[in-house]
Parts: sequence; structure tokens; C-alpha cells
Amino acid sequence: MLVLPALFDEANKLRRLTVEVMQRLDGAGIDSVLPDLPGCNESRQPLQAQSLDHWRQCAAAAAAHFSATHVLTLRGGVLAAPPEMPGWNYAPVAGRQVLRAMLRARTIAAREAGREETIEALQQTGRSEGVELAGWPLGPDLFAQLESAAPQPDGAQVEIDQGAIGGGALWLRAEPDESPAQADALSAAITTGLAPA
Amino acid sequence: MTELAPSRSDIDTKLRAILRDVLGLDAERVERFDGDTGLFGHLPELDSMAVAGLLTEMEDRLDIIIEDDDVDGEMLETYGGLLAFAEAKVVEN
Repeated sequence: MLVLPALFDEANKLRRLTVEVMQRLDGAGIDSVLPDLPGCNESRQPLQAQSLDHWRQCAAAAAAHFSATHVLTLRGGVLAAPPEMPGWNYAPVAGRQVLRAMLRARTIAAREAGREETIEALQQTGRSEGVELAGWPLGPDLFAQLESAAPQPDGAQVEIDQGAIGGGALWLRAEPDESPAQADALSAAITTGLAPA
Repeated sequence: MTELAPSRSDIDTKLRAILRDVLGLDAERVERFDGDTGLFGHLPELDSMAVAGLLTEMEDRLDIIIEDDDVDGEMLETYGGLLAFAEAKVVEN
């Protein structure tokens, strides 16, 4: 199982859930691997130089390298997933929504500091030269591609929404948290889906 | 038949549920929030990223659009301010 993490701040919020699901899959005899997307987490690549196309190529290369048969994506990780690969998308989100929250965080922080910034102006800067949002320096290629990237509902992967998992969404939590019950539910949805009919 | 606009108490319930998810508090504590309960600037964990998530979730669950200009310190400072803002937005919609 190739696991593609949530993007940016949401990756931090979902870190425990991601790892707990992988541990449960391991207990069920399913090997999984969680690569860092280039420019994210412990990757040594500069984030400014990334694009969604490159992330997709790298995800496909990782799937081939580890001989993964299925993919599990969390939140925005769906945008980098190989579309033809069977698997699951946990609470998939469009790139535009990921950017919207980050743009908003920046305008709120600017206002607190006594500066006026508008989302529209930040979007233009993002497209032309890139922009740093909530501490993540996004290059123009990644910014522009995220704006138009959306999960493909008719793809090979099955959507698992938060309602099916139960409890409050951990990516919303102001302080990163964990939920063994949610990890149980998410891994159970996957192992049930993998069980021979 | 026209669909009735969500009642004030419905908006209040949804807003408390969102704050519960964002702040990771139990229902009982969030139930005790009143109009003067301080939010942004009062709760250290409620930083700009958390507020951004809160506003985006309000858009989804209350079916409203929050513009740049709508966001100011007053609406975010207390639970009462946020609720009044949400009610006005839902009516406007």
C-alpha cells in the first residue's frame, strides 16, 4: 500500500492518524510505505521548485519501486495519486480549498500585524512568482496547478468521507491530536475492502 | 414549498459543533460558551491557520461565502461576535 500524506499543515495535523492507520494495516498483514512528497516533511528538495505534475510522477515512481498494488491518500494527497491505481481517498479535497485556507491564514495574520493583504492579490503573486503561505513557500507551478486540481470522482479509488469514520475531523483541530477510534475505522474500511469477496 | 431558512438555534448548534472540532473540546464545555466567551486573541491554540480552517468549515457547513472584507477582529473575538456574523451571513444568502 502506497500512502500519500495530506498536504502542508494538514499533514502535521494528520501525522498521528496516518501512522496509526499504517500500524493497524501492518497488524492485518498489509505492508504500507509513506514517502515524503518532494519539498515536504524531511525531503531535501526545495518546495519552491515543486509542481503537482512532478509529485504525481514521484508517486507513480514510488508505487513502482515498492511494488505497491493499492494507494491510500489522505485529504490533499489525492491530488498526487496515480489515477488508475486502486485504493482509497480519505476525505479528499480539491487544491483550491487547500489554498483557500492557507491564503486566508496569511491575510488574517497580516491583519493582526497591521498590514492589509487581499486573497486576490496573493493569488496573482502566487501564479506569477509564487507565494509563502502559512510558512510554506509555494512556487508558481505548484500554486497554479493546485488551483485547478480536484479529486476525480470516477477514478479507480473509493472515497471514504469523515462521516463514515465518525468523530471530529482531525485536520480541523487547532492542536494536532490523535484518535485511535478513527484510526480503527479507517483501517477497517481498507482491510474490509481488500478482503476477497 | 419553500425551504425554511435555518433557525438561529440551528446556526448556533452548527457553530458550536465546528468549534468543538477545531478546539478539540467536549460538547459540554462548548455548550457553556456564551456571547462573551473569548476566541481569537484569547485562546492561544486558535492561531491564524486554525481560524482559517474554522472559517472554511463555516462556509461548508452553513453554506455561506465569507469574503476577505468580512473578516475582522470583532467578529472573531468572541463567540457572540462570530454567531452574529454567521446569522447575518445566512440571512444574506
